[in-house]
Amino acid sequence: MKKVIMGNHALSYGAKLGRAQVIAAYPITPQTQVVELLSEMCADKSLDAMFIKVESEHSAMAACLGASLAGARTFTATSAQGLALMHELLHWASGGRLPVVMGNINRAMAPGWSIWSDQNDSLSQRDTGWMQFYCSSNQEVLDTVIQAFKVSEKLLIPSMVILDAFTLSHTYEVVDIPDQKKVDEYLPPFNPSIKLTPEEPHAFGGLTSPEHYFELRYKLQKEMEKAPALIEKTGKEYEKMFGRYLGLVEKHRCDDADLILITSGAMGSTARIAVDELRKEGIKAGNLRIKVFRPFPFEIIRNAVKGAKKIAVVDRNISYGHHGMFFEEVKSALYGYSDGLPVFGFITGLGGRDITPSTFKEITQYTLERDKPKEEIIWIGVKL
Amino acid sequence: MKKKKGAQKIVFKSEKDFPLMPMSIGSMLFNKTGAWRNIKPVINLEKCIQCGICWKFCPDVAIFIEKEWPVIDYEYCKGCGLCAEECPTKCIAMVEEEK
Amino acid sequence: MKKEKKMKLSLPEVELMNSGHMACQGCGATLAMRFALKALGQKVALCIPACCWSVIDGPFPYSSLDVPIFHCAFETAAVSASGVKAGLEMVGDKETTVVAWAGDGGTFDIGIQALSGVAERNDDIIYICYDNEAYMNTGIQRSSATPYGAWTTTTPVKHFKNRPKKDMEAIMAAHRIPYIATASIGYPEDLVKKVKKAKEIKGTKFLHIFAPCPPGWKSQPEDTIKLARMAVQNAIFPLYEIEWGEKYTLNIKLKEKKPINDYLKIQGRFRHLTKKEIVFIQEEVDKKWERLLLCVNGSK
Repeated sequence: MKKVIMGNHALSYGAKLGRAQVIAAYPITPQTQVVELLSEMCADKSLDAMFIKVESEHSAMAACLGASLAGARTFTATSAQGLALMHELLHWASGGRLPVVMGNINRAMAPGWSIWSDQNDSLSQRDTGWMQFYCSSNQEVLDTVIQAFKVSEKLLIPSMVILDAFTLSHTYEVVDIPDQKKVDEYLPPFNPSIKLTPEEPHAFGGLTSPEHYFELRYKLQKEMEKAPALIEKTGKEYEKMFGRYLGLVEKHRCDDADLILITSGAMGSTARIAVDELRKEGIKAGNLRIKVFRPFPFEIIRNAVKGAKKIAVVDRNISYGHHGMFFEEVKSALYGYSDGLPVFGFITGLGGRDITPSTFKEITQYTLERDKPKEEIIWIGVKL
Repeated sequence: MKKKKGAQKIVFKSEKDFPLMPMSIGSMLFNKTGAWRNIKPVINLEKCIQCGICWKFCPDVAIFIEKEWPVIDYEYCKGCGLCAEECPTKCIAMVEEEK
Repeated sequence: MKKEKKMKLSLPEVELMNSGHMACQGCGATLAMRFALKALGQKVALCIPACCWSVIDGPFPYSSLDVPIFHCAFETAAVSASGVKAGLEMVGDKETTVVAWAGDGGTFDIGIQALSGVAERNDDIIYICYDNEAYMNTGIQRSSATPYGAWTTTTPVKHFKNRPKKDMEAIMAAHRIPYIATASIGYPEDLVKKVKKAKEIKGTKFLHIFAPCPPGWKSQPEDTIKLARMAVQNAIFPLYEIEWGEKYTLNIKLKEKKPINDYLKIQGRFRHLTKKEIVFIQEEVDKKWERLLLCVNGSK
């Protein structure tokens, strides 16, 4: 069934079709419609779930962890400050191997107060052991929630499904809402082999000495390393059933491109428009959109840029004192594999500043005029 | 009342044995806390009125009732002295541990 | 030996806490757990935040309890329990009692927000705070449950705690939850009765258990029960229940309220107090006791 819905509602529909059993969430702009619609769904019983209306994001994640440990499929959604407040418990989720799925609306961090898009909120959670999926359309948001449940529950690693504030969260797009029966076929009920129950009592998460802690973290990473292949496999299964592939990256005219613009999130569609226009002007540009940031798809990125002469990574985020974070990761992926391929790092669109096709043209212009980057960070659109 | 058994220290022989999450798979009973003790309680059953108060107030679950009489489990008794202090007939003496 | 008679035990025989745990000698918190589990039975799940009990239970891969435990984040005991309860219900287990088991720091201080949220929603859990009146696990730092006058490592004798203990029962009563009770390890039968009662009530139940700590109070391990009993008899920690935030019942009535001196004297944490300060503390205890009696009499 096709419906015109906002990105936030795409998250809600994803959670509903995924048959989330316990939802705990706290409202924050620009996430509110996610929880409003889920409240409706729980109230009218179209979704058989318990919705715990907690007093903070910290408690939202805590409740999800408890419910997940008891063996229930859990979902929450937040943004920016809310995600930062959850930070401690993000570690708890991955370290405890609790496959919570969370929607995060990318919003800039205060101060000054901002409700507009950038990626510093979710990228600041890079090392918490969560998988991170950056979506570029409402359709992809819905589909990815369903896929994330499947991947998370297989690996016992939590997932964050991420979309841009307003550009996606509040923008209405046509979304195909899959048939529940088919989704049930794709995504079986969550049935962990180990859970919290008096029938078989275990103490979870107790004091762990240097004798054992290291091994637990080793095992988490080993499972995380299985994620890229599993994402591709489940993405292909999804394509077979629903006609839409869900992979680690999305390529647009990369194969013969001289210049590859690497993006993430909703600016991917803007980049594609820019690429098509540049092609008309005779510039052989392409766009590689990185969808999955954790686990980072090293292999696929190395292969995708083979043949390109220059790479431009466009970041809507910054690691202060360093670079844009996708830029850092791309460089680390290419190091030793790319034979001196120049990689340019651009930062643009912080705090919701518009990213338009002309932003990408400016970026293209810069890269065409230089053999290699002269600055560590190339700022686009700073009015100073 | 029976003493619980199964006091094994856990050794992981392979990666497969190792739990996938931080969770308990065994009991602390392997930890013989009797070694912490400096003074030990000794019950004079002649004076014991079988009230069960020593059993009730033992934080270490180290007093058992066997055939209606209290028995101290020296494998785990940490020697806190609560039983002696609370005994209404003062029939428990705290004596120096011989080491 | 004398003629054998049948022993009459005043507590349930069931033992869900095992020997071998890591508690200090004469630990009150450990007795609190032992008594509570006797009342709760096997069908229970515990959520334990950072507190002495996260150490007492034993390190990975061991536990000293025969019931499941979720060792949760410090400030999340109450809401972790709500989550576990919801999760269990959704997977078809509607029977298991879910208990948040936290110390005074995790309750009075860092966990109070989540606890307030749970109580306001009246989530169906039992919250048990075992109160040893300071952050004992980290080495005796003051909490808002530390009483006036006490020494701790962050309230040295020259700068002892000069604010009263937070009135947690009053805060919980303001949430209008079905059941609140104070209990003491010095009165285990009363404690067990209250935990059993809480188990039968739907909604949020708050139990506050007084649990002396020999290393933190600078008291003798063998005096743990004596101290707990004295605190009831001198009205420093009276035993009472509050139903729906309104109906107060006093459980241990005092014919003669004992003075606080003997109680303070056997604890090193109060050794520095002058006569004047002790008089002040006594006055405060008396005032609080009178207020409680007003509530109790007003409920009749």
